[in-house]
Order: sequence, then C-alpha cells, then structure tokens
Amino acid sequence: MSTDRRPRSAASRRRFLGDVARGAGAAVLLGAGLGLHARRSAALAPTALRPPGALAEEAFQAACLRCGLCVRDCPYPTLRLAGLDEDVTPGTPYFVARSAPCEMCDDLPCVAACPSGALSPSLTDVNDARMGVAVLVDQETCLNFLGLRCDVCHRVCPLIDEAITLERTHNTRTGKHARFLPTVHADACTGCGKCEQACVLEEAAIKVLPRSLAKGELGRHYRLGWEEKARNQGEALVPGIMDLPDRMPGSGGGS
Amino acid sequence: MSRARVPGVEATATKGWLRAHRFLVLRRLSQLLVVALFMTAPLLGVAVLDGSLAASRILGVVPLSDPLVLAQTLAAGHWPASTALVGAAIVLGFYALLGGRAYCAWVCPVNVATDAAAWLHARLGLPPGWQPPRATRRWLVVVALVLSALTGTVVWELVNPVTLVHRGLVFGIGLTWAVVAAVFLFDLLVSRHGWCGRLCPVGATYAAVGQRALVRIRADARAACDDCLDCVAVCPEPQVIMPVLKGEARGVPPVIVDADCTACGRCVDVCAKHVFHLGTRLVPRAPADRTRAANTVPRGTHRDAGGIRP
Repeated sequence: MSTDRRPRSAASRRRFLGDVARGAGAAVLLGAGLGLHARRSAALAPTALRPPGALAEEAFQAACLRCGLCVRDCPYPTLRLAGLDEDVTPGTPYFVARSAPCEMCDDLPCVAACPSGALSPSLTDVNDARMGVAVLVDQETCLNFLGLRCDVCHRVCPLIDEAITLERTHNTRTGKHARFLPTVHADACTGCGKCEQACVLEEAAIKVLPRSLAKGELGRHYRLGWEEKARNQGEALVPGIMDLPDRMPGSGGGS
Repeated sequence: MSRARVPGVEATATKGWLRAHRFLVLRRLSQLLVVALFMTAPLLGVAVLDGSLAASRILGVVPLSDPLVLAQTLAAGHWPASTALVGAAIVLGFYALLGGRAYCAWVCPVNVATDAAAWLHARLGLPPGWQPPRATRRWLVVVALVLSALTGTVVWELVNPVTLVHRGLVFGIGLTWAVVAAVFLFDLLVSRHGWCGRLCPVGATYAAVGQRALVRIRADARAACDDCLDCVAVCPEPQVIMPVLKGEARGVPPVIVDADCTACGRCVDVCAKHVFHLGTRLVPRAPADRTRAANTVPRGTHRDAGGIRP
C-alpha cells in the first residue's frame, strides 16, 4: 500500500512475492475454516424467533449488522442478543416465546431502531408481522381437546377470534358434551407467542414455530375446484368435461 | 533474541512515570470511556452511545456503522437502509480525517488484551512464534468479503473478537472472557503481535480508510535519536518507525505516514530524547535545533535498521 514497500532488487522482489503468497495462503486457510463454521452456525434453533419485520432467515443473515439496537429499544425483556454459546448466530436478535413473547408494540420500536433494514421498515402495522406461527402441536395433552374449558391460549391471543378461534365439535368420549378446539389461522397469526407462554401445561401444547417449519405448501399448479367455481360463476375450471353417473351406495353397480 | 528488553526505563527515569506513560494512560481511559458511554443506556437510562461497535447511535440520533460490517452486508447481497449507509459515511469520514488505525489504539477493546500479551511477551522473552506476513490481514478482508458473498451472511462477525468482546461487555452475554483469553493466549504463545499486527481485518480496513489521515506521529526531533531502539521495542507495528526515524538523509519527511501506525503514542512515551510527538501530517515544523551537532550521523544506517524485522 505504501510506496516504500515496493521491491527494488530481484532478491527483495522474491521475498515480496513470497510474502504475498504466504499472506494469501494463511488468509485462505483461515477463510476455509471460517466458511465451514459459517455453514454450521447459519442453522437457527426452532425455539428462537426473530423480531417483527425480520426478513426471511436467509436474507436476514445477510442484512443484520449484529449491532443490538433492536434489543436495546425493546421495552420488554423479550428480545435477546445471541451470545457465542447459543444455537443462534452470535450478535443477532431473537426471542423465546415460552419465556418472553413479543408484546406487539403498536409503534414497533425494534423495527424503528434497525439501521440496516434487516427488520424491514415496510412493516408498519404490527398485526402484519409474521414472526412464526402458533401450532397446537399436542392434541393429546391440550385441555380443550380433552374436553375441558381451559381456553387460555384463545383468551390471551392479541388477535382473539381471528388468529385463534374455538371450534365446537362433538365430544365422542362423553357422547353429550362439546369440545372447543383451539384452532390457529395462519393468515392472521403474527407468531407473537403469547399463547405458548400462557399455556397452562408443564410443557406447552401450543407452540410458535418458524413458518418455514410449520406451514405446508400446495403445489403451484394446484387449483381448488370449489374456489375456481366460485370465481367462474359456478362453472368448472375446465368446461365440457363429461360427468360420469355417480354410483350410489347399495345401488348394486352396473353402468 | 531472548533478551528481556524493557522499553521506557530511561524515559521513566528522565521524564517521570506519568510523562513516560501518558499516551498509554490516555488510551486506556479512551477505551474505557467508549465502553462506559455504551453502558449509559442500560445503567442510567440515558443513551449517549447505544448499540455496539458494529453499528450504534449517538444520543439516539446520529447513526454510526462499522465499514467492514457494512461491506460484508453488501457483499452478502443486502442493500442496507440509509441509516446504516449514513452511519458508515460518518465513521469513514471521521477516521479518514483523524487517523484510521487510531480506532485500534483508542477504541478497540481487544487492544487491551493484545497490549497486555505484548507486554508479557517482552518480559518473558518468548520467541516470536508464527509470524505470517502483516499483509495477511488485508487478505483476510478479501476473504471475509468473498465468504460473505458465498455464504450470504456477515461472515466475519461470527468470529470477530472486536465486536464479540464489545457486545459481550455492553450486553453482558456469555463467553466474552473466552474470546479475550483466546486472543491474549494467541498473541502470547502462538504469534507475537499476531492478532492486531497480522490477522485482524478490522484494523486493516481502518488502515485503508486512514491512508491520508491528518493526525500522525511525527519525529521532528529525529536527529536527537540515540539509537536506544525503545520505540521499536514498544511499537506494535515496528516497521513504520525506522524509515522515518532514519530517513533524514534520504529526505523523508519527519512524519510517520504509514497507515499501519495506530497512533498509539507509545513511541512518544518511551523516548527519553523527545524525538516523537503527536501532530498532523500538514504543518511542517521547524527542525529542532539542539541536535545536529551533538548527534552526527545515526550509527545504524537505515538499511540496518530496516533489518530489524518483527
């Protein structure tokens, strides 16, 4: 970089080139180790949720400067900064729903604090946040599924009756009661984690999972016939398909 | 080789302890102050500085961000929001003006550990160990950017002791001491002046930023040099001194312009002959008068001096 290091004689040029090669070699060696380490540490623990507005995990890894300003500006003990001994990329923000869920501040202080846009400023309404999605992972222990009226997850949901509804079904065990099944609607759930934190069980039956883990995805070419019909004034998606006669039970077959 | 040379003994005797450790004390205060200002938010509720050395805010308003972190974000394929870009511009402007690697000597918390390691290394008279070329750190900048592009993540921040330690101090997260200990032991047992002097790409970035920095160490009174070599022994980047200190005959200006100089001022401290001082690269000072006659030509020519390789 500075001029007085330019080699003058053949010997010093040889030494200069040797130094360059040694320096580059050492750097590449260290880089190879770092690259392997980077691949492993990109995995995010499934219990770790990103703050509201966080870009999809891959983009977030590129965008987050690891500064901790969002953690500083979180008014609750929710957001934490990952240390070296955690299953979260060091220096990045996360929260664990069971211990401290997102309180869904209206003014989104974490998003406002982010200097890089890793928490996207395009998020202006906290109800549009998608930090994860609640899943009732264990129907065998959920008290409502057992026929009781716990309802706690439903009651604490900031979007009660939108993100979690209670669906009434018949209780086949008693034969005469109803069961009120907590049902999450992913199109409304922000993944704040209030339900997971509030679940009265020793281990929560409802858990917030990263959307990538929790959600299925239809093939892009799939069409739901009933939706297409509604959109198409009651006509089928592909017109003119021959409708074969339906075979009724007990009608004895035959065409 | 293993003479346990203690630089600054003569300076302490002639100038007094405080004068002979002035810059060292000031730098420790500065480094402490930086961490303390970041601690005002959690401790006092008033955020003088908030965030960490990767990116921060002054009084909740003025953004700052580390140029290498930002460069990695860009390499990883993210175009950052304007706050981070403005923050990096402010940091770049500041260090471009005031001396790039002043960051290393006056701000970086890891410097305390590596200085301690260098001090102990000299006292114990240990062998230098693994000495990759000092340019390795520049290659590591390239490696960090290429790896960021390949992995799509801000890759150096996984291992960067500078931000890991600072974040650990300010946010109280675990294993900070393990990082400090690792760097200390690396510098002590594996490679003398190894981390800051050879590997750290953060320092290399700030060196590049400060190529034309205004604030520099000057050796206006270089004719007074009595070749005790205390400055070279104490300097974390000893290669920057000799070309200037012994460069009068070749017409080299008495300013240490090498961007690797961290402006730590230890050479100023340990010199009993008042050869060095902190100044700017601009003001041409009148050559000190007292010397010429008494100290004729320096005993070691600059070639010999250049032979003292780290």
